[in-house]
Amino acid sequence: MKRGMIDFWVGLFVAAGIAAILFLALRVSSASSLPARSTYTLTANFENIGGLKVRAPVKSAGVVVGRVTSIDLDTQRYVARVTMAMDKHYEFSRDSSAEILTSGILGEQYIGITPGADNKMLAQGSTFKLTSSAIVLEQLISRFLFSKAEDGSSNTEK
Amino acid sequence: MRERFIAFFSGLGHPFTGALIKLGFATRFFLALLRHSPMAFIRFRLTIREIWFAGVLSVLIIAVSGLFIGMVLALQGYDTLVRFGASSSLGILVALSLVRELGPVVGALLFASRAGSAITAEIGLMKAAEQLSAMEMMAVNPMARVIAPRFWGGVISMPLLAAMFSVMGIFGGYLVGVQLLGLDPGNFWSQMQGTVDLRFDVMNGVIKSVFFGIAVSLIAVFEGFDAPPTPEGVSGATTRTVVTSALVILGLDVILTAFMFRGI
Repeated sequence: MKRGMIDFWVGLFVAAGIAAILFLALRVSSASSLPARSTYTLTANFENIGGLKVRAPVKSAGVVVGRVTSIDLDTQRYVARVTMAMDKHYEFSRDSSAEILTSGILGEQYIGITPGADNKMLAQGSTFKLTSSAIVLEQLISRFLFSKAEDGSSNTEK
Repeated sequence: MRERFIAFFSGLGHPFTGALIKLGFATRFFLALLRHSPMAFIRFRLTIREIWFAGVLSVLIIAVSGLFIGMVLALQGYDTLVRFGASSSLGILVALSLVRELGPVVGALLFASRAGSAITAEIGLMKAAEQLSAMEMMAVNPMARVIAPRFWGGVISMPLLAAMFSVMGIFGGYLVGVQLLGLDPGNFWSQMQGTVDLRFDVMNGVIKSVFFGIAVSLIAVFEGFDAPPTPEGVSGATTRTVVTSALVILGLDVILTAFMFRGI
């Protein structure tokens, strides 16, 4: 094969390969982790985080506004301390509340933020005052069963 | 002390010492290859010819296999997902399995059997016909002239081929999922985009394929260079290239996956 033809085919091959990588990067995936520069960190303490994982989304009104960056246990008070990287574009008032929600019945868990009405905003490093923990399905079921059992025993006494 | 050291190793038997000697030679070969690599980039035309030989000629088998694997993934995945009413997640299943694992791994296995064996046979026959010795006689270093361009041609081709494999697989999954099984195309693409992460999934897949490219190309040129200059020697070296490459790819895959996806 002529030298020019080899160059042509190799050029086409490299272009197709780079196009394939670009397709994977732009069409198939999304850069869900926000760039490090444009974020600020907030923390929230939860009594129980259920199945929350690092990199889980933080949503407000369903819009992704940040990501969970780390989860650890506060050994002073034995609560889970969740650190979040929030998008700089979105600020929340100081009395906003954070809760752990589940998308669907068996879906992934995420942090939902309900905005408050205070004029002062949460700044870098501040903590959510109001939080509510994840709903743990086992606890719900056991509570339901116990209340049923109590109902049953009170009925037989009558 | 020295006698006891040698007696200990010769006591282990010929297969063991033979393997050690070969490993040592391969390491020395790799270092010499790296030292002569600048020539492959100064005279880039040589490398371009090898990209054509290893990469362009492998496109057809990579594209067709990718398409079929994507189609099979979609058919099998749909069968399972539809039981849980989660058939809209088919795009995620197809894209994640291709981008993370099947693209780099199956791509590298095909590359080893299509291009790696050809490189080994070519170098082995050059050695058998004493072309390499003739080059040395003319003060042309075969390392810089023959080995390095083939190695770098393979290393450059592999990630591009793996990416093409993944893209063709996703296209195959789209054909089966959307056109044949009637899933919603918007759901298929948006769920895929929402779940597949650029850094954790796509970049790790590309990194994997670079490692596989280095491994397969090194094994191919080394086995060719190391082949006994006889017809049986060359055929044995070609077989060893494919077998060793397959084992090394799968072993490396375990190690790389453990590094990349542990704890996420």
